[in-house]
Amino acid sequence: MPKEVTDVICPFCGTLCDDLIVTVSDDNKTILGVKNACAIGAEKFNHQRLPGRVKRPRMRQADGTYKEITYDEAIDWTANMLVKSRKTLMYGWASTSCQAMSVGHDIAEKVGGIVDNCATVCHGSSLIAIEDVGVPSCTLGEVKNRADRVIFWGCNPAHAHPRHMSRYSIFPRGFFTVKGHKGRKIYTVDCRYTDTAKCSDEFIQVQQGYDYELLNAFRTAARGEVLPDTVGGVPKEKIYEIVEDLKTCRFGIIFFGMGLTHTMGRNHNIDIAINLTRDMNDYTKFAIMAMRGHWNVTGSGQVLGWQYGFPYAVDLSRRDQARHQTGETTSVDLLNRSEVEACFYIATDPGAHFPIDAMKSSAKKPTVTVDPHINCTTEISDIHIPVAMVGVEVGGCAYRMDNVPIETRKVVDPPEGMLTDEELLTKINHRVDELLAKGGA
Amino acid sequence: MKTVTLTVKNVPELYLECENVNPDAFAGKTADQIAKLGGYQGKEISTLGDYFTIAGEAGATAADTKIIVNGDCTKMKYLGAKMSAGEMVINSTTDMYTGSWMTGGKLLVKGNVHSFCGLAMKGGEFTIEGDAGNYLGAAYRGDWRGMSGGVLRVKGNAGSDVATFMTGGEMIVEGDVDIHIGTHMEGGKIIVKGNANRRVGGQLVKGEIYVFGNINVMMPGFKPTGEVDLQVDGTNAKFTEYIGDLGERHPKRKGETVYGKLFLKQ
Repeated sequence: MPKEVTDVICPFCGTLCDDLIVTVSDDNKTILGVKNACAIGAEKFNHQRLPGRVKRPRMRQADGTYKEITYDEAIDWTANMLVKSRKTLMYGWASTSCQAMSVGHDIAEKVGGIVDNCATVCHGSSLIAIEDVGVPSCTLGEVKNRADRVIFWGCNPAHAHPRHMSRYSIFPRGFFTVKGHKGRKIYTVDCRYTDTAKCSDEFIQVQQGYDYELLNAFRTAARGEVLPDTVGGVPKEKIYEIVEDLKTCRFGIIFFGMGLTHTMGRNHNIDIAINLTRDMNDYTKFAIMAMRGHWNVTGSGQVLGWQYGFPYAVDLSRRDQARHQTGETTSVDLLNRSEVEACFYIATDPGAHFPIDAMKSSAKKPTVTVDPHINCTTEISDIHIPVAMVGVEVGGCAYRMDNVPIETRKVVDPPEGMLTDEELLTKINHRVDELLAKGGA
Repeated sequence: MKTVTLTVKNVPELYLECENVNPDAFAGKTADQIAKLGGYQGKEISTLGDYFTIAGEAGATAADTKIIVNGDCTKMKYLGAKMSAGEMVINSTTDMYTGSWMTGGKLLVKGNVHSFCGLAMKGGEFTIEGDAGNYLGAAYRGDWRGMSGGVLRVKGNAGSDVATFMTGGEMIVEGDVDIHIGTHMEGGKIIVKGNANRRVGGQLVKGEIYVFGNINVMMPGFKPTGEVDLQVDGTNAKFTEYIGDLGERHPKRKGETVYGKLFLKQ
């Protein structure tokens, strides 16, 4: 008889919804249904039972086709690649557990790799800004229970984090926000009228590429200085009005996304938004939070942060020191400059997200992809190693976008004989040890 | 002053980290000893002798040493980084970190330089005859102190984020610059003889920025305070003076708020 597993953590986005109910077959092998998840989260579970799933490692043949090989063969090939390469890009990590990351970093230290995660094409610029000016932030629980002014700046949770608005930011009733949406004022600042803007009380349309100037105008207005008639297409009267409204709220929060991190100026858009938040704390309580997208990318930043001091793009090629420089040790730059000799991708699909020139460069190098599914990256890899789906077929620690660690749950068994990320990386690590002991690089 | 001449004989396959190519590392060494100095290519440690033909010998101290580098240096990082004295002439375009963390001496690059050059420079003279990339004279990641001393001159154009977190010294760009000039600047002087794209002096706390050409879009946090006649880098001209960034927090001196200044040539 099918059973229901409750309080399951969703393995899709950075919101890590923790109230999913998954119906599982009585043999514990198949997912029959998912409740409470958004359409994207539910699809992640449904993938588990899709026909045609790759269950054993595959190696590219001379004619371009894949041939099935054993896990041992795949592990040996991967370890040899890592040991021989003078500089290896080890990219991904966002859809795996913190435990697996830790093993991966151990390998990277031994082989002199560069560990980078999805932040490199996402919120990396936010992390640089936080390095530069710090960050006054909070948890999503505080937002739900306290926030009466919510600003969505350059982000669209209606599409990217579908349950964010109902669980934390717009609609829920909290301890001090008993009226729910009616007790909150929601602003959306964007260059286009998004579905999130439709849920907001006010939409401020900023001219594309003028976010930095508009944030500067907010800060200037907060100090009572004179503004030009319009800034980024927004009249100065509106800027003064919003600033006064923000000063008088009980608890304000700015959520920001790709509209700030990947438009002109990148990290500076974030550091000025953080400084606006800091300014608002002269008058009331205010916080700011990045809308982290890829599931456990925050966890990757955390693990790298406590192990090496940098949250992404960590160059361990010196082996005795960690270095980090956006523009140099970041994946796209390394690939575009052909500065690495091999690529190891895990738990992310750079083929779907990186610029085409970067992937063309990657395709010319020995490449291993570790992923439960066939994706764009597996199509340019020499080896594809399938693994169990973290958060579905194996548990592990993941971090929510507000840096809260959550222990995820296994709901079904993986296909028979399939390794988890952590098991696979541990075996590669042992093989690397053996090769290095024999006098590898 | 004694001269060492390095000529590139093998262009690295990856990028070579030449942190030992500066007068301080060469001082007191013969050509053979210099050839044995290390350089990293990824995790592989090689020697300068693997990549350069080395002629001459260094002086007893860095101040008595001149280095001339010939050949293709486009895949070489850290050339002249951390030099404290002496002279260095590079007859090529170079890669990242050229002249970074310099504290003294003279460095001349006769080609272009890539990003992160002159990073956190503290002293000396650094001249680039071609163009410079992004983050020229800025701070290293995670640091809040960019260029703090010395003179950095670019005869061509410069990229974005130049002089971020600058606290002192003088930077002259004779051509144009892209966005974000002197962001978070807390001291020193930037002179742009060409045009500046946008976001000049964003979050400027202290220091002076001079622009001879146009600024595409002024930051809203800058306020004009009058006109002044000035001589800047040998040129006499009338400038409009602005103070800012008025959105930023500024220190007070003897009860008066100290602002950063932007001078735009009329």
